[in-house]
Amino acid sequence: MIDLLAGFIQELRRAGLPVSLTEDLDAMEAIKHIPLEDREAFKYALAATLVKSAAHWKAFETVFEVYFSMRGREYTIGDSNADAELQQLMDELQSGEGEQDGTSGEGGGGMEALTPEELAEMLYKAMLNADEAMMRAVARQAVKRFAGMEPGRPVGGTYYLYRTLRNLDLDGVVERMMEAAREQAGGELTPLEERLERDEAEIRSTHIKQEVEAEIRRRLVADRGVDAMARTLRKPLPEDVDFMHASREEMTNLKKALQPLTRKLAVRLARKRRHGRKGSLDFRSTVRHSLSYGGVPAEPKFKYPRPAKPEIFVVADISGSVAAFARFTLQLVYAISGQFSKVRAFVFIDGLDEVTSFFEGEEDINQAVHRVNTEADVVWVDGHSDYGHALEVFHERYGHEVGPRTTVLLLGDARNNYHSSQSWVIKELRHKARHVYWLNPEPRSYWDTGDSIVGEYATHCDGVYECRNLRQLERFVEVLT
Amino acid sequence: MAFRFDSVPAVRTALSDVNYLSDEGIAGVVYLADRLQKPILVEGPAGTGKTQLAKSVAEITGSRLIRLQCYEGLDESKALYEWNYKKQLLRIQTERNTGNSGEAQADGTWKELSDDIFSDEFLLTRPLLEAIRAPDPVVLLIDEVDRVEVETEALLLEILSDYQVSIPELGTISASQIPMVFLTSNNTRELSEALKRRCLFLHIDYPDLDREKEIVLTKVEGVSEHLADQIARIVRSIRTIELKKSPSVSETLDWARTLVLLGIETIDAQQATETLHILLKYKSDIAKATKELATAGAK
Repeated sequence: MIDLLAGFIQELRRAGLPVSLTEDLDAMEAIKHIPLEDREAFKYALAATLVKSAAHWKAFETVFEVYFSMRGREYTIGDSNADAELQQLMDELQSGEGEQDGTSGEGGGGMEALTPEELAEMLYKAMLNADEAMMRAVARQAVKRFAGMEPGRPVGGTYYLYRTLRNLDLDGVVERMMEAAREQAGGELTPLEERLERDEAEIRSTHIKQEVEAEIRRRLVADRGVDAMARTLRKPLPEDVDFMHASREEMTNLKKALQPLTRKLAVRLARKRRHGRKGSLDFRSTVRHSLSYGGVPAEPKFKYPRPAKPEIFVVADISGSVAAFARFTLQLVYAISGQFSKVRAFVFIDGLDEVTSFFEGEEDINQAVHRVNTEADVVWVDGHSDYGHALEVFHERYGHEVGPRTTVLLLGDARNNYHSSQSWVIKELRHKARHVYWLNPEPRSYWDTGDSIVGEYATHCDGVYECRNLRQLERFVEVLT
Repeated sequence: MAFRFDSVPAVRTALSDVNYLSDEGIAGVVYLADRLQKPILVEGPAGTGKTQLAKSVAEITGSRLIRLQCYEGLDESKALYEWNYKKQLLRIQTERNTGNSGEAQADGTWKELSDDIFSDEFLLTRPLLEAIRAPDPVVLLIDEVDRVEVETEALLLEILSDYQVSIPELGTISASQIPMVFLTSNNTRELSEALKRRCLFLHIDYPDLDREKEIVLTKVEGVSEHLADQIARIVRSIRTIELKKSPSVSETLDWARTLVLLGIETIDAQQATETLHILLKYKSDIAKATKELATAGAK
């Protein structure tokens, strides 16, 4: 047990969770008090002692599933007796089902004998009644039947998942459930009811998906061993996910992570402003306070400096690959716009357009970003990035508005499609502005390769930062204010 | 050492007896905290019953609840202890007035005096010290610990790991009994590693459908099963929409109470949108939710 736990904690550390030695000991201590056969309690005991941030829960869960997927009676797997057990469970279920409503005539036949249609029918029933045991059984059978898993085959779990789900046709089942709900209500549902029913159906279908995933994982672990599996499943924590290569799921997680982050950042920056270094002696206030000490100025008072808030001009490339990055940065900058006296946003691909008005008067930043993507006039010739032309336009139209209090942020990978760079614009800007920074979402090692000319622009900037994930973005914003 | 709870299910039943509906995770962590004698750091969105958990645990264990509300600028003298300067001054004054100011005794009196004015009588206990010194069982609630500065967090460390307070003039005061300690955080900043390491971590999220329904049923008088179910479903649906502030459990309860007062048995779309302002507190959120609820939610 101790060995297993040690391996588990090792894996957590490798996944990026900060687990200290004391926490390790706490976990050992905690499981002494927990009945080991209770898998849920065991999981919570480990979580409470090892995971100290809600953002890390997901990573913990994955590792836990891999390491402890084969424990517990109902989780036995693989060999023939487990199959028999499954069969038995199925039989029980089916006969139970038969007694209940008398419709499923094939009771006792076992799962192997089921035709695909019958299996689909069972899935539908399981989902309709939210019968957990049955959903699990169907999921297992589906994996067995459709995934076509072969020992030692070097394919990722997602491949099997896709194969299984394609055969299960969950969307179809959801539709059927909706039909059934409509029938039950006697005709049409109001939009509200429709929505609620659909929510429920979707949740159950996600549940099936998770069961299928879990089953595939169990089989893979049995095939490849715990360590190898944990390695393939290791995913970066949300704050480390690369903007440019985030999958759709990671993107949603990123969005979720962004909101608390901006809130934290805003609080921290406001504090920093307030608690900044002390200023010169405030004579008036000192004398005023000396009265309570009988005229002795025992407690000197200082003036707190109120540093001028910077003005921010964000100039972002929103073409294809870097669009996500630009969106996140814009969102972040606007979320903390209270820290700046003025924020103006410009987006470009090969043309350039000001989008400040989209953000002003719009409470919902997502909505604003959506409008930026659909309404901004950013294409000039062909819709391929042209930094040179965009910068030229910026200088021509807005250059005179850049003043000594302005900080200019340029976002993009500086992949210019071999157009002319027009880097003199940046040189000019730097003369006028307080700072000019360039944020590049590409890894540093890719800079100045191919058509990337970030080096040429860099010579004229106050700083060029690699900004690939939320962590780096957060750090930069702190530098900024 | 006597433990407060026998098993995880026992915690759960006890909590539900005082109308706090926990789940496996919450009950498990409370049980562990008792066994391991460790504080619990409770984190989660606002209005999910973090503070209520501490209150309920105090109630079931029959303990007194001592609460320390954290805020920016909280310091030692408000959290731990303070010397009662005014009383000390008075004491010195009295000493002088009684008139034994002979040169010969000066040394002796000084020692006596300093021993005297730094004694229990002149000590003002603040919540943390009070929790340590209490002879009766107590539950210590340190609320919104993320509001204090990082440096102030250090004040808590000694108490949290060793259940003791060191006062230079008096020595170390250890707890006569180990209190249960809850720290709550709204996650406005990252707490220090040192603090997190000393605590068990519990994340309380919005409850799932069944639990929320149960909560509505137990907390709101005169609500029917059918209505509670509908309320829970609609709230869950609203939480899936991207909003500035998702409705919390307490807002769900307010909404349920309103609906009961209005005598509504089955919520239709119009009634839902008319009363949305109880669930949601931003104009843009209300507009968005209204729009979303009117559509069937097909993807």
